[in-house]
Amino acid sequence: MVSMTAKKKPKWVHKDLLGLEYLSTEDIELLLDTAGSFREILDRTIKKVPALRGKTVVNLFYEPSTRTRVSFEIAAKRLSADVINIATETSSVKKGETLNDTGRNIEALKADIIVVRHDCSGAASMLARHVDISVVNAGDGWHEHPTQGLLDIFTLKKKLGRIDGLNVVIVGDIAHSRVARSNIWGLVKLGAKLTVCAPEILIPPGIEKMGVRVTNDIEEAISSADAVNVLRMQFERDEKAVFPQQLEYFKRFGITGERLKKAKKDIIVMHPGPINRGVEMSSGVADGANSVILEQVTNGIAVRMAVLFWLSQARRK
Amino acid sequence: MKLLIKNGLVIDPVNKIKEVMDILVVESKISKLAKAIRIEVDTVINAKGRIVMPGIVDMHVHLREPGREDKETVASGTMAAAKGGVTALLAMPNTLPPIDSAKNVIFLRGIIRDSANVDVLISGAITKGRMGMELCDIAALKKEGVAAISDDGSSVDREGLMLEAFRKAKKEKTLVICHCEDKALSCQGVVNLGFTSTRLGLRGVSNESEYKRIERDINLAEKIGARLHIAHLSCKESVELIKRAKEKGISVTSETAPHYFSLTEERVLGYNTNMKVNPPLRSREDLEAIKQGLKEGTIDVIASDHAPHTENEKEIEFEHAEFGTIGLETALSAGITELVHTGLLSWSGLVEKMCSNPAKALGIDKGTLGLGRDADIIVVSPEKEWVVRKRDFLSRSRNSAFLGRKLKGVVDYTIFKGKIVYGMEFKRNSNP
Repeated sequence: MVSMTAKKKPKWVHKDLLGLEYLSTEDIELLLDTAGSFREILDRTIKKVPALRGKTVVNLFYEPSTRTRVSFEIAAKRLSADVINIATETSSVKKGETLNDTGRNIEALKADIIVVRHDCSGAASMLARHVDISVVNAGDGWHEHPTQGLLDIFTLKKKLGRIDGLNVVIVGDIAHSRVARSNIWGLVKLGAKLTVCAPEILIPPGIEKMGVRVTNDIEEAISSADAVNVLRMQFERDEKAVFPQQLEYFKRFGITGERLKKAKKDIIVMHPGPINRGVEMSSGVADGANSVILEQVTNGIAVRMAVLFWLSQARRK
Repeated sequence: MKLLIKNGLVIDPVNKIKEVMDILVVESKISKLAKAIRIEVDTVINAKGRIVMPGIVDMHVHLREPGREDKETVASGTMAAAKGGVTALLAMPNTLPPIDSAKNVIFLRGIIRDSANVDVLISGAITKGRMGMELCDIAALKKEGVAAISDDGSSVDREGLMLEAFRKAKKEKTLVICHCEDKALSCQGVVNLGFTSTRLGLRGVSNESEYKRIERDINLAEKIGARLHIAHLSCKESVELIKRAKEKGISVTSETAPHYFSLTEERVLGYNTNMKVNPPLRSREDLEAIKQGLKEGTIDVIASDHAPHTENEKEIEFEHAEFGTIGLETALSAGITELVHTGLLSWSGLVEKMCSNPAKALGIDKGTLGLGRDADIIVVSPEKEWVVRKRDFLSRSRNSAFLGRKLKGVVDYTIFKGKIVYGMEFKRNSNP
C-alpha cells in the first residue's frame, strides 16, 4: 500500500461522490491509496483518528439497509465525526417532505456530509444539486453504488496486487444492479477486462458500450477469470420484467464448487451481500477458500473512510 | 385602424410569395400586398431585413385550464403563444375535467372568449375521462365546435373502440389525433431504451412502443377511411411507416416537436428532468430520421407539444417527475436554428410546417397571407441570437428543455387579427 504522505498530494476536487462514472482514474487511485492507509488503522487496538473531528455526517436512508448504513457509520466514527442516522420508511412523493427539502434542512442543521440511499436512480445527483454540503451516493436505484464498487476494487487490488489486465466476471442481474454499474465503470477505468454474465433478459441494452464483454455461458465466462463478482438476485425487485425461476437460475448461473473446479484454482469469489445461499452461489463456495466476502465487508469501512476524508477536504476549500 | 408592414421579406408558400413587399392591414384583415405601398396609416412597422410570415398554427398545446391554473391558463398560455409568434393553437383535452362532453367544451369556450390573446381551437377527448373505456359523444363535441379529437397523453388501447372512434369521426368529419404509445410496451419507461437508460439505471421506452401503435392506428383509419394525424413522432421507424402509408394514399398527416429534431437522449444524462418528455428524446439516428422526414415531407407539421409543469413537479426524483417541456416560446427559434440555418428546410418549408400545413390539417382558414384573410402575421429577425432563460418566459411554467441554449431568430411583432398582441413596445405587466 502506498502511504498518503509518501506521494505528492494530488488534488481532490469533487464536492460529492455520485458514481464512479464521474471520477477520473486518478481520483479512483487516490481513494484506493487513502483507503489502504485507513485499512491499517482498522487492525490497531485504538481504531480512531481525528481527521473528521467536529464534522457531522448524516446517513439518510430511504431504503432498508443494515450493512451499508452500519459501514458508513463505523467509517465516520473511526474518523471522529459525529453521526446521525435518519431512516425513512418511504420516499413517496405523494406525502411528506421532498428529498430536496429534507436535504436543505439537514444543511441548515449544519451537517457537513449527507450519505444518501434512495430507491430512485439519480436521487443523489438531484440532492447534490440542491445543497452546498457534500453528498455521498450510498446506492440510488439501479444507477450506482460507488462505495461498493470501490470496496470491491480495493479488495481485488489488495488480494492480487493490481487491477490492470485482470479478468473479472460479474454474474447476475446486471440490468437492475447499481453494484454492477459502479464495478464496471471503476474496473474498466483501471484497465481490467470485464465480462458480464446473465440470462439475456437481465442484460441491459448497450452495456457493451461501457467496455464489457457479454455472455450467458457462466462456465466459459469464469474459465479464464481472476475473479468473479456474484450479484445478489433480487427476484422481488422488478415486477415488470420476466424473471427466471430461482432454481433454474441456480442451475444455469449459480456459482458452485463443481463450476469452480473448471476455473483458475485461486479465483477470487466476491459478493456484495446479503447472500441468497443456494440461489446465486452455494454455501460451500460462500464459506470456501476462494471467498473474500467478509474481507470485503471490512475493506468497505476503509474505503468509506477515504471517501468521507476526501470529501471533507474538498469542503474545506 | 390601418397598419402597414414595410419592406419585409414576405414568405407565404401557399401564395408562392417570397419577396420583399409591404402588407397593408385594415381592421382585422389583410387588405393589400404590394411593393412600396404609399398610404396614410395609424401604425408602420419597419420590417427591413426581417422575415414577414403568417402567424404560427401550433396544433399541440396544453393550456392546463380548467383545473391546473398553477401550471398555465388560457390567458398566460396565449400570451406565451403571442411571444412565440403563435396566433392559433389547438388546446389538448387532458385538463381537469377533461374536455369529454359538450358541457365541458362550452365551459372552456367561455374561458377562451374571456381571456385568450390568440385563437384557441379545442380538441375534444376520444373517450370519457380519457380512460379508453367508453367513447365520448363525438357528434355533440363536434356540434360545439371541437377542431379535432384526441386522448393525447394516452392511446386508446382497445382496438374495437378505436375503430368505432374512427367511424364516428369520419361521419362527423373530425380529425383524429393519435398519441401513439402502447403502454404494455413502454412499461413505465422514462427515457429512451438503450445505452442511456442502461447508464442512468432508468426504465427504457422502446421505439417499438411508439411505432407499433402507429401501425395499428394507420390500419384502423385506413379500414374506415378516416382522417388521422399522428402526434409527436420521435423515432425512425415511425417516419418510415408514415412514409409508406402516404405512398399507399392513406389520409394521414404527422407532426414532430422541436425537441425531437434538436435534442438527443444524451441530454438526459445528469438526470435533467426538463429533458423528460413523452415520447422520450431518442438517439442521434432517430433525430436524423425525423429531420429527413421533415425534409421529404413525410412529417407535415411542427407543433410544440407545449407541456407546462410547476417546479414542484419537475424538481423531484427523475422517475417521479412529470413528462413534458414548454415550447410555445422556443418552437420557431428552434426551427430556424436547427432546420433553416442548417439548410435542411427553406424559409418557405418552415412556414409550411408551422403555419399552412397545420391549418390545412385542422381545416381552418389560417396559415397564409392571402388578401381578405385574418391579419395573423409575424415579423421575425432571422439572425438575431438569444439565450433561453427562465426569467424571460411568459408562460406560467419554466420547464423548458431548451434552457441555456443559444437560438437564432426572434419574433419582433405578433399581429393577431390586425392588432399587435406582442411587439417591441410590449410590456410584461400588460398580461391580464
